[in-house]
Amino acid sequence: MKFSLSWLKDHLETDATATQIAAKLTAIGLELEGMTNPAEGLAGFRVARVLTAEKHPDADKLQVLRVDAGPDANGGDPLTVVCGAPNARAGMTGVLGLPGAVVPATGMEMRKTAIRGVESSGMMCSSRELDLGDDHDGIVELPDDVPVGMAYADYALLDDPVFDVSITPNRPDCMGVHGIARDLAAAGLGRLKPIAPPVIAPTHPPATGIRIEAAEGCSAVLGRTIRGVCNGSSPGWMQARLISAGQRPISALVDITNYVMLTYGRPSHVYDLATLSGELVVRPARQGETVLALNDREYVLEDGMLVIADDHGVHDIAGIMGGARSGCTEATSDVFLEVALFDPVRVAQTGRALNLVSDARSRFERGLDPLFLPIALDILTGMIVQICGGEASEAIFVGQTPEEGRTISFDPGLVVSLGGLAIPVDEQEAILDRLEFVVTRSGARWTVGVPGWRPDIDGAPDLVEEIIRIAGLDRIPSVPLPRLEGVARPTATPLQRQERKVRRAAAARGNCEAVTWSFLPPALAQAFATQPLWVLANPISEDMKAMRPSLLPGLLAAAQRNLARGARSVRLFEIGRRYLRADDGTSAERLTLGLVLAGDRTLRNWQTGKAVMFDAFDAKAEALALLDAAGAPTANLQVMEEAGEQFHPGRSATLRLGPKNVLARFGAIHPRTAQQFDLAGPVMAVELFIDAIPAAKAGKGFARAAFAPPALQAVLRDFAFLVSEDTAAGDLVRAVRAADKQHIVEARVFDQFSGAGVPDGQKSLAVEVTLQPQGASFTDNDLTAISDSIVAAASKLGAVLRG
Amino acid sequence: MALPFGSTLLDSGLSLPILDKEPMADTDQIRTDALARIASAASAEALDRVRVAFLGKQGEISLLLKTLGRMDAAERQRAGPLLNGLRTEVADAIAARKEVIDSAAMDRQLANEAIDLSLPVLPEAVGCVHPVSQVMDELAEIFADLGFLVASGPEIEDDWHNFTALNMPESHPARAMHDTFYFPDQDAQGRDMLLRTHTSPVQIRAMVADGAPVRIIAPGRTYRSDSDATHTPMFHQVEGLVIDRDIHMGHLKWTLETFLKAFFERDDIVLRLRPSYFPFTEPSAEVDVGFSFQNGRRVIGGSGDTAGHGWLEVLGSGMVNRRVIDACDLDPDEWQGFAFGCGIDRLAMLKYGMSDLRSFFDGDLRWLRHYGFAALDVPTLAGGVGSRAGAAA
Repeated sequence: MKFSLSWLKDHLETDATATQIAAKLTAIGLELEGMTNPAEGLAGFRVARVLTAEKHPDADKLQVLRVDAGPDANGGDPLTVVCGAPNARAGMTGVLGLPGAVVPATGMEMRKTAIRGVESSGMMCSSRELDLGDDHDGIVELPDDVPVGMAYADYALLDDPVFDVSITPNRPDCMGVHGIARDLAAAGLGRLKPIAPPVIAPTHPPATGIRIEAAEGCSAVLGRTIRGVCNGSSPGWMQARLISAGQRPISALVDITNYVMLTYGRPSHVYDLATLSGELVVRPARQGETVLALNDREYVLEDGMLVIADDHGVHDIAGIMGGARSGCTEATSDVFLEVALFDPVRVAQTGRALNLVSDARSRFERGLDPLFLPIALDILTGMIVQICGGEASEAIFVGQTPEEGRTISFDPGLVVSLGGLAIPVDEQEAILDRLEFVVTRSGARWTVGVPGWRPDIDGAPDLVEEIIRIAGLDRIPSVPLPRLEGVARPTATPLQRQERKVRRAAAARGNCEAVTWSFLPPALAQAFATQPLWVLANPISEDMKAMRPSLLPGLLAAAQRNLARGARSVRLFEIGRRYLRADDGTSAERLTLGLVLAGDRTLRNWQTGKAVMFDAFDAKAEALALLDAAGAPTANLQVMEEAGEQFHPGRSATLRLGPKNVLARFGAIHPRTAQQFDLAGPVMAVELFIDAIPAAKAGKGFARAAFAPPALQAVLRDFAFLVSEDTAAGDLVRAVRAADKQHIVEARVFDQFSGAGVPDGQKSLAVEVTLQPQGASFTDNDLTAISDSIVAAASKLGAVLRG
Repeated sequence: MALPFGSTLLDSGLSLPILDKEPMADTDQIRTDALARIASAASAEALDRVRVAFLGKQGEISLLLKTLGRMDAAERQRAGPLLNGLRTEVADAIAARKEVIDSAAMDRQLANEAIDLSLPVLPEAVGCVHPVSQVMDELAEIFADLGFLVASGPEIEDDWHNFTALNMPESHPARAMHDTFYFPDQDAQGRDMLLRTHTSPVQIRAMVADGAPVRIIAPGRTYRSDSDATHTPMFHQVEGLVIDRDIHMGHLKWTLETFLKAFFERDDIVLRLRPSYFPFTEPSAEVDVGFSFQNGRRVIGGSGDTAGHGWLEVLGSGMVNRRVIDACDLDPDEWQGFAFGCGIDRLAMLKYGMSDLRSFFDGDLRWLRHYGFAALDVPTLAGGVGSRAGAAA
């Protein structure tokens, strides 16, 4: 919302400076977004008279003008200006931009230049070049009596500071200058000048009627016809103000409705009566009905949207934008003026559905004062008759008579108990009074009448806000939040603590944490999907459309970008959610760690020689270490298949606790998947399903079990087995361990070999077994017995002890 | 090294004529000879040969000692200490010489083992923690001290939790301001599914699940369909909520001041509360913090009204709207409190000096290493929740 200081002063009697006003606006919740003076942008443009105009010697469409720009320009001597405007002629008065001036519409600085051999010392400007209107057919023509040499900004009343204020969606009243003046007056910056609507003397009955066929969308319409108007340009002062508000002057009738909207926050509409066919009707739109709106765009309307139409079709999208068909032109002589009360929700829905933003919509959807309808009609009528001439008809009113204003029961003690600010009751009452609330004090509780322009006030806390915002939030003293009783307890949940440990562990192991988008290109998301994806209806782009079903796609893409930038070793991880579906239609968001290893694990170096690429065991090492950090029972995990089709089928696995609970998957990414991400060379990945890790049992104390190291030294024994090529080492180790659970405390593969000495189709696995004597040292017989049982257990897998 | 003193094995009845005469002269000669040969022994082997020659079984001194047994008591009393002293002296000299030789040998060996330690160590990967995670940990730490639990909720929300319960019914103009991402889906209750536009729905979930009193912060991802130089469609917010019996705006102000002072580790934090509007709070205030420009960067601190300073909007806040409390099945006449919401990415940028929000989500290793944090740089109240420049990974 933009408005100028002089405009504000029409409504606020004040001595405050623009700077003081600016500070106060922000302090009371009308956030100042900027303050400018348009005159600054028009420096260098002045009123000038064309003395002579002759055809350019070398160009058909150009003229060479001699221009008087006043005593200060060119030492008072006339300037030579080349001009292409058809209306440039000797004797006319216009606006000259001197060298050095910046053209507002283009931001270009003007220079003395030769145009087809004739040096031009300035430019006669059109209103569009000055950013003051749409007219580009010719240069600006000013009345002959304007003093030559005067700064154009002074002449056009543009030397007037302009405030740009952001109005919150709860304040329809401050969508007009008068409401802003009221707030400033309440905050002690002056006195609000009351509204004095003109008295209209109707001369005839209205020439057309209007009816409402959609009472739920439109509760009242007030209108009248005015005949015999002359729709020329609006007066300069009005144009200046509209320009300050960022509006382009169009014609007197349109400008007047805009001016009243900006002054009182009240939109209205003027129809050219000649274009109407039959009575106007406020009705629901019919599916597929179209309207060409005043912004020159055609809108296809849907069932339920509200329109104002006549026998021939739609004229106006109710509360949002008028139609081109009944717009006023220079030829307009009789008009129908309409002020209506539309349902805010309906306007908001329609506006959103049509993606159509307008000044009217932003006011209607905030909710307008039903009591202001007749006042607005008279103000508009008065201005039209005054500026455009004509005679007003009697008013017609259809719809419901507005209800009495609402009242709120208010305990002034709430200002301190909720607002935290002790304000004397008299000051509270004075503030409400200046905001034109009607306070009736009856003992401790007050009855407060709410003005019609404040639909946002619906309870006592709103009144607290009104009082403290006008009094000043800076007056609220800080009060320490009471400490909770007892000593500190963990404030993070077990899952959050797990997440933090895993994050720090991953970083400590040399991995960098990334945060990637939650949304992915659908094709990449689909490649990792196990169930229907969550896909946005209104994504910002196709690449950000599907919610990630895995953390790996985002990381693979990031790894690719890093490699493309020249990174040689990429270790990226992320902890976040993957988005699945729950049975009840809500989301199942699973806390997950993704990790990608790409490029070299070890750069070439003088100690070990060549660079070494990452392999699947690097992924396994990360998976186990991070599961361990998360508190998972890593010793009990099984390595199983089915990491997913995104992984290399022979070089990937899952880590499971029991056959069903998958805690992690890891391994080499499938070359086809890598290709999808433009990744060349082996890429490893880990996905850790943090939420699948069983939580530590609650209620466990802090004390550990007593330390009881074994009294007797453990014994190491090595076994080398021949097994078939496809026997998993893990299975062999598990079998060995199970051979004598009492004495075998550890079994570890320390060698794998195939080749010379090992039959085809077989491999040799060497296992180091740690035997722990319990009560007494092992005898030779004991050790032989254990060895035999190990060999026997292994033989069940087809393993044969090597001789 | 000393040989056993005396010997019961020696025959006490015998004596050697050679000793009867001039044992002193002999022992002096042996000593001189032995010491000279010890001193000239150049290796452990040469020294051992000297030892054998004098102290070995058939060594000169050993043989002399064997004669003691054959001496009479008087002789033995005279010659015993003499011979034993000689043996000890020679043995000690050998030991001393051995140490010199060994030490020289070790020095030579060590000199041979010298390596060029200016060579680099094996390259090790250095990991780091993302600034967003670090700042979330900092927030949790600061608010833990004030008794706030860390809560969370879904990012794919329904419109009841994201809007309706927060006093933004269908077609509330504020809904349009939220640039919401919608899904075509509805949940089993027929609610439209969307990406949460703020962390405020966690307020609702916390109150519905646990009732009152409540003291939580809820950090997490949020989404708005907005993308330009300073906005990304995904960003991070932290929500704060306190519901109790006598909580008012003074508590809100103190909490925000305390939080920002702790976060920026500065006592000169000045806040400016500006009246504003949020459907879920009443009264509502936006919170600006004073800053100055130093070396072209915003530095938080000081009043925004002093020369060279300005105000920067960092928070939205207010007293929880009665309708919100009511929507959570709590009695608004009994319970009241405040809520606030704040952009985490923005806090991180202000504290640690990043200039571009978009690079937060690119996964560029160079950026992550530059702005990231060392794994063990865990924010604690005792150690300071911030990580000073130069200490970062």
